[in-house]
Amino acid sequence: MKLELRGITKRFGALVANDSINLTVEAGEIHALLGENGAGKSTLMNVLYGLYRAEEGEILLDDKAAHFAGPGDAMKAGIGMVHQHFMLIPVFTVAENVMLGHEETKAGGRLDLAAARVRVKQISDRFGFAVDPDALIEDLPVGVQQRVEIIKALSQDAKVLVFDEPTAVLTPQETDELMAIMRQLKAAGTSIVFITHKLREVREVADRITVIRLGKVVGEASPTATNEELASLMVGRAVDLTVNKAPATPSEPALVVSGLTVIDPRGQVLVNNVSFTVAAGEILAIAGVQGNGQTELTEALMGLQPRVVGEITLDGKTLRGHSVRQVLDAGVGFVPEDRTEDGLVGGFTIAENLMLDRSHALPFVKRFNLQLALLAEFATAKVKEFDVRSQGIDTPVGRLSGGNQQKVVLARELSRELRLFIAAQPTRGLDVGSIEFVHERIVATRDAGAAVIVISTELDEVAALADRIMVMYRGRIIGIVPGDTPRAVLGLMMAGEPAPNSSAPLPPAPTEGAAA
Amino acid sequence: MSTIAPVSLPTQPTPPDDGPATAVIRSWKTPIALGIFTVLGAIMLVAFGRDGISTMVLSTTSDLIQLPTVDFPTRATGIVISVLLLAIATGSAWLVRNSRKTPIWLIGVFAFLLLLGFLAWASAGASIPIPGLLFGSLSLAVPLIFGALGGVISERVGVVNVAIEGQLLAGAFTSALVASITGQPLLGLLAAMLAGVLVAFVLAAFSIKYFVDQVIVGVVLNVLVSGVTGFLFTQLLAPNAATLNQPPKFDRINIPFLSEIPILGPVLFRQTLIVYIMYFAVIAVYFGIFHTKWGLRLRAVGEHPQAADTVGIKVAATRFWNVSLAGAIAGAGGAYFTLGSVGAFGKEMTAGAGFIALAAVIFGRWDPIRATLAALLFGFASNLQSVLSIIGSPVPSEFMLMLPYLVTIFAVAGLVGRSRGPAASGKPYIKS
Repeated sequence: MKLELRGITKRFGALVANDSINLTVEAGEIHALLGENGAGKSTLMNVLYGLYRAEEGEILLDDKAAHFAGPGDAMKAGIGMVHQHFMLIPVFTVAENVMLGHEETKAGGRLDLAAARVRVKQISDRFGFAVDPDALIEDLPVGVQQRVEIIKALSQDAKVLVFDEPTAVLTPQETDELMAIMRQLKAAGTSIVFITHKLREVREVADRITVIRLGKVVGEASPTATNEELASLMVGRAVDLTVNKAPATPSEPALVVSGLTVIDPRGQVLVNNVSFTVAAGEILAIAGVQGNGQTELTEALMGLQPRVVGEITLDGKTLRGHSVRQVLDAGVGFVPEDRTEDGLVGGFTIAENLMLDRSHALPFVKRFNLQLALLAEFATAKVKEFDVRSQGIDTPVGRLSGGNQQKVVLARELSRELRLFIAAQPTRGLDVGSIEFVHERIVATRDAGAAVIVISTELDEVAALADRIMVMYRGRIIGIVPGDTPRAVLGLMMAGEPAPNSSAPLPPAPTEGAAA
Repeated sequence: MSTIAPVSLPTQPTPPDDGPATAVIRSWKTPIALGIFTVLGAIMLVAFGRDGISTMVLSTTSDLIQLPTVDFPTRATGIVISVLLLAIATGSAWLVRNSRKTPIWLIGVFAFLLLLGFLAWASAGASIPIPGLLFGSLSLAVPLIFGALGGVISERVGVVNVAIEGQLLAGAFTSALVASITGQPLLGLLAAMLAGVLVAFVLAAFSIKYFVDQVIVGVVLNVLVSGVTGFLFTQLLAPNAATLNQPPKFDRINIPFLSEIPILGPVLFRQTLIVYIMYFAVIAVYFGIFHTKWGLRLRAVGEHPQAADTVGIKVAATRFWNVSLAGAIAGAGGAYFTLGSVGAFGKEMTAGAGFIALAAVIFGRWDPIRATLAALLFGFASNLQSVLSIIGSPVPSEFMLMLPYLVTIFAVAGLVGRSRGPAASGKPYIKS
């Protein structure tokens, strides 16, 4: 089915998310929609799917105008969507999720689960998915959950399938499998819209590429274009995709972690007997697919996890069992992975957020009184130093863009004397300009002599920053490898396969880690 | 209180595909709780043991099959039961030491023995009519069960229903008024359901359309209904009690054969229409929630409204109508106060039943059957209090009045532990 969007304009208040966008997807092609976070790709697709109502413009299916009052209409018209955040109900089974919204019933209104199972089985067999119709969604790995989303769309006879950032949660291997599935769907005649900001994937699978920037279509490209060409089209200026950094000069091991185990309230082992060291003056990148224990590991280091076994020392002094306050005072800086949830108080001003970690004593608090003049001076200096674009230090951080919010977090964490700096997903959802800035600051922190841990699920970021790379899988360390390890090897390690010549998957002796 | 058992440390690289590892967290909560109850039980049954014979009467005089009465020598029974309690508590501790869980049936046996011991102790030298005890328990539980069913539906669809109390009270008032005027208890019941729906409309409108905090709306509604019914009662019903507050009660209907089952027959099947409606409602809600299209959509909206929206389910409408349905069911529970048990409306006659029903929802883990069982437990605790004060037990009546609420707190805090409700319950769904 041919899909055409004509002059779609969608506004949120004063913000124009989509500015008269034109897009044509021919039957049986894979059309990539490339753009940075916040460029308006997802908004456009939500308009197409009937979740948002566009102010102007029209949608044509096979040259006939279509009007969608809601997702139900869009589905009936043959549009299916695989959402970035899966639209699956965790406590339902696969079959229940697939049947939801268009349930078949038997006599007495009983749900016909058997029919739904057969339907799941049919589609699953056709594409070789191997999905159990009776499995609970919450028990399935994300890669399989995504297949359930695809089955859900196909069970409605979707002719146009929209994939919204489908690879964000996948391992490199799962990504390859998804690409194969896309080609298979294309061969079966399905039109595919593939939304992404990852250049490599686009060039691998797309037939045509439309680039969107700041809500406008800025150009078309063919899959033969180079990474640099696509990136500059996407960002609007020439970009340097590499990080300039001198070779590391690691000294003594600063952070030594041995036998660290974190257990959740249900008894699941989230971090399993992990041992590693980070030297002062080096960046250890922790790679791995989301949810393999990285988050819990950083929380354990910060003193945020209640059930921790093992030992953590920083410069020879133990951190385990200490309060977050004591950990911070030991010289640890922390950029949490969800800045709006854990990193900032949205309703507070920039200045207030900058002193959040020092709200208990001097210099900002003296005899129970806030030293507002001092704080204003400090905040003004930091805003300048970290290039936070805002109307002033009294702007609530909730009103800042993601990149500027992250700069506020960095400014706060880096304004203390640091021995260890932990940055979790430091550039998630940021624009290219902010990414460059954040990377520079992280390298500068390393060069100032702190031990640095960067947790990232993006291999590009890991490769750009790391002096050494530690890969985690299901709570264990799969291996610690040098920073220049090829992507293919890292990809396999992220899927749980130890690298042929990595240091032992199990704890390297502390000295060995420091020497790498 | 928990300790972490040592995690098995792999000595060599474990094959990666062995699934997530688990560690056993030993929880000493159960054996410690059982131990405390054993000590308390032993103090009561042995140290303050009473002499005499406790008699349990198992049949009513009108039963077809007459069961003999059972006599317990009070002190000996107390000693035997104390020993058994100690054995179970020790067994539970032994299981936890070996990193195993105490099975739920064992806790059930423990509770039954403790109850039996208490009944025997309290009725030394007297007799306890078991069918009467159970019949009264069911009577007290009926409004709780209606309220809990309303709560289950409402919370499953994503709206916290703190207004159950208000819905019960509105139902009680309206049914008394309408049944008195029309002389038809059935019309009173319908009016009660309508009153429950009206209260639910307000809750639904404010929480679904205007995104006001659901708990606050619920609390305010309770106060509002209590004020309005109280005002109308003193101004209207009390001065004209003969015409406006003398509703005809529902008649008892004996179900042939079933009502002759020993012990349970007279309790369950010599009831009024409203109780039979309740049996039906429990089954219908259970079947509906877990086996029909309506239930699947309702649960989807309460768990992940956005996902429901993307498959074309109208979230706001689903929530609105199901909260209204929940109001109708809770309203019917209110009618039981006036048309089933008391026979007239009294100011604030629900006396917190709505909140106990809410506790039953949580204790029953948002499941209609379990919530019903929880409501029965709370009803039993309430009725035990009145039965014991009638036969003259040595426990101060003030203490016994606390019993239903103590049971509620223990049940919700201790036994439920970490239970997971509908994920989106209490959260408004705001479409951008």
